[in-house]
Amino acid sequence: MLSLFKFKGGVKPQTNKTQSVSEPIAVAPLPSRLFVPLHQSIGGTPQPLVQAGDHVLKGQMIGAADGWISSAVHAPTSGSVRAVAEHIAAHPSGLTTLSVEIEPDGKDEWGERTPIDHGAMAPETVRERLREAGVVGLGGAVFPTHGKLTASKTVPMEELVINGAECEPFITCDDLLMRERAEEVIRGVGIFRDLLQPKRVLIGIEDNKPEAVAALQAAVAKLGEHFEVVAVPTRYPAGGAKQLIRVLTGKEVPAAKRSTDLGVQCFNVATAWTAWRAVAHGEPVVSRIVTLTGNVEKPRNWEALIGTPLAEFVKLGAPKADTNGYLMGGPMMGFEMPAMDAPLVKATNCIIAGSPTLFPPKAPEMPCIRCGECAKVCPHELQPFEMYWFSRAHNFGKTQEYHIFDCIECGCCSFVCPSRIPLVQYFRFAKSEIWAREKEKNAADQAKARFEWKTAREEREKAEKAEKLAKAAAAQAAKKAAEAAAAAVAPAGNEPPPAGEPAPTGAPSTNAASANASPVAVAVTANDAAPLDAEAAKKAAIAAALERARAQRAAVAPKNTDHLTAAQAREIAAVDALRQQTGLEAAPPADNGETKP
Amino acid sequence: MEFTTSPYLLKNASVQRVMLQVLAALLPGIAAYVWVFGSIILLQLVIATVTALLAEAAMLKLREKPLGLFLSDGSAIVTAWLIALTFPPLSPWWLIVTGTLFAIVIAKHLYGGLGQNPFNPAMVAFAACIVSFPALMSQWPAVGLQVSVADQARVVFGLLPRLDAISGATPLDTLKTALKLDEGSISVTQLLADQTVYGFFAGRGWEWVTGGYLLGGLFLLWRGLISWHAPTAFIAGLSLFSGALWLYNPAQFANPMFHLFSGGAMLGAWFIVTDPVSGCTTMKGKLIFGFAAGALAYLIRVFGGYPDGVAFAVLLMNICVPIIDHYTQPAIFGMKDRS
Repeated sequence: MLSLFKFKGGVKPQTNKTQSVSEPIAVAPLPSRLFVPLHQSIGGTPQPLVQAGDHVLKGQMIGAADGWISSAVHAPTSGSVRAVAEHIAAHPSGLTTLSVEIEPDGKDEWGERTPIDHGAMAPETVRERLREAGVVGLGGAVFPTHGKLTASKTVPMEELVINGAECEPFITCDDLLMRERAEEVIRGVGIFRDLLQPKRVLIGIEDNKPEAVAALQAAVAKLGEHFEVVAVPTRYPAGGAKQLIRVLTGKEVPAAKRSTDLGVQCFNVATAWTAWRAVAHGEPVVSRIVTLTGNVEKPRNWEALIGTPLAEFVKLGAPKADTNGYLMGGPMMGFEMPAMDAPLVKATNCIIAGSPTLFPPKAPEMPCIRCGECAKVCPHELQPFEMYWFSRAHNFGKTQEYHIFDCIECGCCSFVCPSRIPLVQYFRFAKSEIWAREKEKNAADQAKARFEWKTAREEREKAEKAEKLAKAAAAQAAKKAAEAAAAAVAPAGNEPPPAGEPAPTGAPSTNAASANASPVAVAVTANDAAPLDAEAAKKAAIAAALERARAQRAAVAPKNTDHLTAAQAREIAAVDALRQQTGLEAAPPADNGETKP
Repeated sequence: MEFTTSPYLLKNASVQRVMLQVLAALLPGIAAYVWVFGSIILLQLVIATVTALLAEAAMLKLREKPLGLFLSDGSAIVTAWLIALTFPPLSPWWLIVTGTLFAIVIAKHLYGGLGQNPFNPAMVAFAACIVSFPALMSQWPAVGLQVSVADQARVVFGLLPRLDAISGATPLDTLKTALKLDEGSISVTQLLADQTVYGFFAGRGWEWVTGGYLLGGLFLLWRGLISWHAPTAFIAGLSLFSGALWLYNPAQFANPMFHLFSGGAMLGAWFIVTDPVSGCTTMKGKLIFGFAAGALAYLIRVFGGYPDGVAFAVLLMNICVPIIDHYTQPAIFGMKDRS
């Protein structure tokens, strides 16, 4: 028997799972309309392949993956495309997203399905098939699965972890899937195993799902696989990929690393099932199992089409009268659906009807008393109360010192906080502020670089001009000297100008023109104008300009630029450049005025 | 729905629940106190509680904070009870009132109220009063005092003169004074043999009161409201220093048992160094905080100018909390092999 590891922290909220497991999975009836968002996974937004008026068949690709980390989108049923337009997204923001609206024709007629034998094909082809079939992580993160199916070149793949933990309260879709479709899940895991070639395959399921454990064990035995099906202790968030990896392998994947760097990869059981359907049946992801539970008369799991509007879906469960909203996902990490016409998407594992009794309004927030409960339950062993102080104080640098980006937003800290501080909300705020500022800083850095480039170019041009003038002055001086020499030869007594003295007409103008150029260049043009050789002046001027540009580039180090607007950043860049120039040149004040950009 | 972001499920926890459990944990100690010193302590508890609530309400009003929410959180009552329990039970009423006002107004609200005070308010009150009124703060009634509660109350309200007959010193104080007076000629062992003052092992009657605090502390530990780190480290610090000196010279230094169960040691270990607001937050930090506070308390007791050193030790350690926390941040998930 495998010895298990522990992850620190975690909480035990009421699981509320029994309500929705008494009935088997049912196929949801065809809705009257489907709104299929094109962007349903991490990565590039798929390009629409259809337009209004087109007839589509079930499983027909309507959005092509854009870039390698992107995943195709398909028509969930046969029917006609009514529009390709913005529609409200299944996202807490309530923003819209480009979606394909399909009116089902009621025939539910499949397009062409071409099963492949993955064993006989190159791994690239199998990955390509999964990408074309829209297979993404169905645990909630919707990362394109094919992108996770390449083993690290340097680290051998030791463990493949399959996540059937389903730790969030209320959700039972994976439980039912494992109970009813265990064999296909195991076959799907087989595909992943074949692509990654791990030494061991570990399937982790929370021990509150003994039926699922038994079903998968039976399927593993029947198919003659050597996968280990392991019951893990029920403790939220045991189903977090990093927590499950920790429990099963003892490895801890920090935020800065990929799990493959540690020789381990993790997939959800539902993802394995869809991978099998895509490979062995040629069926893309057009539906998924969704738990409909909470404040409804008939809680159960439904196999629902992607794009089903929330309003039509929740009718299947007969919501009670006092229902006041719907959560997508679990109560720990989910969010409230913004509108009743928002669609079910690949990430929708659960819809919970809420009510004032089920989720009572939160009591007022109190000050933090530093009790440390949050730190005790944090599965990533962070100090949430410290991050909270600094987030509140907008001291985002400090939040990063306390590893805010290691926070997985599991909600354990908010769950236990006696002061009822919405800690996770503070961390989301801090993270998005940091991202926004980083973006701004990048933009400012680019503006700064552009400005420096421009200044360097201008100086180069000035130096070139000065050099030209110097050349002209030198030629003139030489000419004059020749004339004087000739005069001296003929009528003696006329004093020749001493060698090395600048020509009376050429020098002043040169000086003025080269005010901006380097002191070397000025020296060259001022002192050696008369006898000089034009080649040397040119070289010196160019060398000086290059040197200045180099010094300026080197002197530009990012300072306290993280709290600035773009305009402020530009202003500072200008001032910096100015200061730099004066310092380097040690030029007279008059020159300062002229160096203004 | 009313809520905005996840998690939508919350544990049934509140500051009020925390504070009520702390108050409950004080009950065994209070019961023993009543049994040993009489029910006059109940009067002092009431005086402190009423003062604390009035001061809290006034400060909340000044600071424009919601009255009901903060008055009902129970934190002011915890402070009040700790003050009443650390002050002599026959203290004049105004001493308790002064201490409580100092704790609530200055130590708590002037620093920003609940959760913001860098110093433990009850210990600030104790320190302020023992510095300002050393004589009054050292007069403890003799155990088994034969004065009616009504007369004791009259003493508290200044209607009867304070008689030397009804007030003595704590065993800690008595021992310290005796050692000072008869330096070299009398040994601790001889002194402690006097059971009328020192009881079985740590002061007659006091053993029961401090034992009650220990019981309350174990209750808090069982409820998960405090971690074992700070109390254990405090007890270790106190025992280690007292034990070492006791082994070195038992004639001059009292044994660890005496030190643990007399004065404010047990109350300090379970109710003061465990104060989350003014204490360390990291586990390592709690160990350092507790150990240093225990050691300091002993050193002040034995070598300092005051009979008991818990309050000063805790306040001194409160100052060090930010730096201890800073240097004891635990390694996070996945980053433990890195330095």
